[in-house]
Amino acid sequence: MRFYDEMTSAGGGVRPHYEQYAHWLAQQPPDTISAKREEAELIFRRVGITFAVYGDQAGTERLIPFDLIPRIIPAAEWKHLEAGLKQRVTALNRFIHDVYHEQEILKAGIVPPEQVLGNAQFRPEMMGIDLPHHVYAQIAGIDIVRAENAQGEGEYYVLEDNLRVPSGVSYMLENRRMMMRLFPGLFARHGVAPVAHYPDMLLEKLRAVAPPSASEPTVVVLTPGMYNSAYFEHAFLAQQMGVELVEGQDLFVKDDFVYMRTTQGPQRVDVIYRRIDDDFLDPQVFRADSAIGCAGLMRALRAGNVNLANAIGTGVADDKSIYPYVPRMIEFYLGEKPLLNNVPTRLCREPDSLAYVLEHLPELVVKEVHGAGGYGMLVGPASTQAEIAAFAEKIKVHPEHYIAQPTLALSTCPTYVESGIAPRHIDLRPFVLSGKTVSIVPGGLTRVALAEGSLVVNSSQGGGTKDTWVLEK
Amino acid sequence: MLSRTADHLFWMARYTERAENTARMLDVHVQSALLPQGAEAMHLGWRGLLGISELTAAYTERHGEIEADKVLDFMVCDTGNPSSIQSCLRAARENARAVRGAITTEVWETVNQTWLESQRLLAGGVGRLDPGAFFEWVKYRSHLSRGVTSGTMLQDEAFHFLRIGTFLERADNTARLLDVKFHALQSDFYGSTNGRVQEHDFYHWSGVLRSVSAFEVYRKVYRDVITPERVAELLILRPDMPRSLAACMMAVNTHLQAVANPQSRETLRRAGLLSAQLQFGRLDDIMATGLHAYLTHFLERINDLGAGISQDFLAA
Repeated sequence: MRFYDEMTSAGGGVRPHYEQYAHWLAQQPPDTISAKREEAELIFRRVGITFAVYGDQAGTERLIPFDLIPRIIPAAEWKHLEAGLKQRVTALNRFIHDVYHEQEILKAGIVPPEQVLGNAQFRPEMMGIDLPHHVYAQIAGIDIVRAENAQGEGEYYVLEDNLRVPSGVSYMLENRRMMMRLFPGLFARHGVAPVAHYPDMLLEKLRAVAPPSASEPTVVVLTPGMYNSAYFEHAFLAQQMGVELVEGQDLFVKDDFVYMRTTQGPQRVDVIYRRIDDDFLDPQVFRADSAIGCAGLMRALRAGNVNLANAIGTGVADDKSIYPYVPRMIEFYLGEKPLLNNVPTRLCREPDSLAYVLEHLPELVVKEVHGAGGYGMLVGPASTQAEIAAFAEKIKVHPEHYIAQPTLALSTCPTYVESGIAPRHIDLRPFVLSGKTVSIVPGGLTRVALAEGSLVVNSSQGGGTKDTWVLEK
Repeated sequence: MLSRTADHLFWMARYTERAENTARMLDVHVQSALLPQGAEAMHLGWRGLLGISELTAAYTERHGEIEADKVLDFMVCDTGNPSSIQSCLRAARENARAVRGAITTEVWETVNQTWLESQRLLAGGVGRLDPGAFFEWVKYRSHLSRGVTSGTMLQDEAFHFLRIGTFLERADNTARLLDVKFHALQSDFYGSTNGRVQEHDFYHWSGVLRSVSAFEVYRKVYRDVITPERVAELLILRPDMPRSLAACMMAVNTHLQAVANPQSRETLRRAGLLSAQLQFGRLDDIMATGLHAYLTHFLERINDLGAGISQDFLAA
């Protein structure tokens, strides 16, 4: 399989947008770089940019490896990505609103009703509740990968939409701060679009979706607590926005209003940027054993006295079984052609697709729609004939349970590894913010799979991160 | 500000201060061990030190007989002892981490760095090899922490609760230090008029003064030989002596007034009263009551004050 490299073209030349950087890199003595790497690690530790490790003794904290070579995106490519992301997230928000109101897309037969209504992430409690600006996913993390197309060009694909509590934005911000601290000279000559205004933009969006009755809305960030793996990010965002970081125990509901306990008595809360899953938000409505939520929250929400970001029930739109329908949503709600590619996905429930899938199993990845974490999945190129034959039988019995995608060749980017600099696979998660309008800071979080040949970029699996540069021209 | 946040800030400051005071006391003990003195006096010294922190029982249960090295380990790096320096630094850091949004980046980095660095230092064995250097380091990290706090933080509620924590803890520690030094060694002190070694008392009291950075201050203020009464006056009543009870309680009072809320009237009244009594008190009256009785009562009162603060602001 051939991989598209972000820096080097197939012929071995450096791509134009990397030329200046490659030139600079070639001039750096090796010990300067290793000194910078150590410095970066030291600073990350002191600043405490760590994530907690589950299952370990409380307080065990690890660093996510940070790679010094940036992933660079040329201005024109970003322009296209940005437009496509805004379009996609707008349609997804329209979809969620529709699902919890008129359900026109179901009536029109575009998305099969049972795919939505039978979904565990569908929250009937949200039916008929009107949210400010009809926004459900104020914060969306859209995972994007790049692979080589038939013409040998790198093509962007949306791999996954994350509309519940997407994380990682603090790493985007800290990675940039680190790069500017380590290599100030590089930024002077490169014209890299800044990202530091993200918290400002986020606060603006959160205030924009406050209940109309709140004239000076109070925004808080709700965290499960300091032993949560993403606690650093919760604290970071609260601090950068200048709002309180609350835990469930700090909140209470009285007469359908939400208050926080302060040193000056109860204070009203209007918008909660919650970093807790739906299930744990309100023990009166969802899981009764939740100790990290706030009883009565749903009641306050229904009364229109508080708003949550993201809304309850957004999971209905970022599920694997819904993903294949996103391009059709865009056409249905916006009357536009989708600007960003989905990974071509075949729904085995459709007879034509089923026939194709059964014929091409050795080259496809087949996923169970409700499966997660690679469970119940067939990776054609890595499977034996017997395995494929057995899987084919399972598909024939319940075709509606399966989707199929081509095996993706994630693009690579040069990365520091033990042996020097080598290509490693990467993805990209831009953060799309919706309030009155939709905005994105240029770039996102680039994750990199540090093990040779690995396509798994998750930090829990030894993935690292890189700074992401969107060039201004 | 969230009550929980105020609580974490209050305790972050208390633990930082406690680590510093423990380092100060240990430092004096380690230094006085360099002087020629009987094994019994040494033993008494270590016993007194454990007594100050109400840790005699915990120590005995763990280690039995009092031995200098074991006491030192127990007080410096035993993570099973919640009052050891390392436990305090860790607790300060955990409290800071819980509210890192409410403190400046510099304050957080200072506290976090102190904790990380202390682990490195203690793992390297500095607690045994060069305890003096370690105590000095703890003191300076505490100075740095306070300096960064006042140099970078907005003087809002967060700042006030940090200050309240610092000064309440300091008042507690100074009172305990005085109590033990007077009480435990009372016989030595009264014995001195009967021809006991005068030098011994000099080293005893200069050690007490040094442990609260007051040796030079004493000389400057009194320009005279060191007497126990003046030591007591300096550390209890002098409003301009940064670690005296009077100075601590005035600070607690000021910062409490800045965060007053409708239910805190009684707590404020008590703090004000205590502060005024120190401000206008006389040493003769205190000595008439008996120093030990006075200090015991003082510790009870600031303990009540801590409970009142907790109830009015931190638990809400």
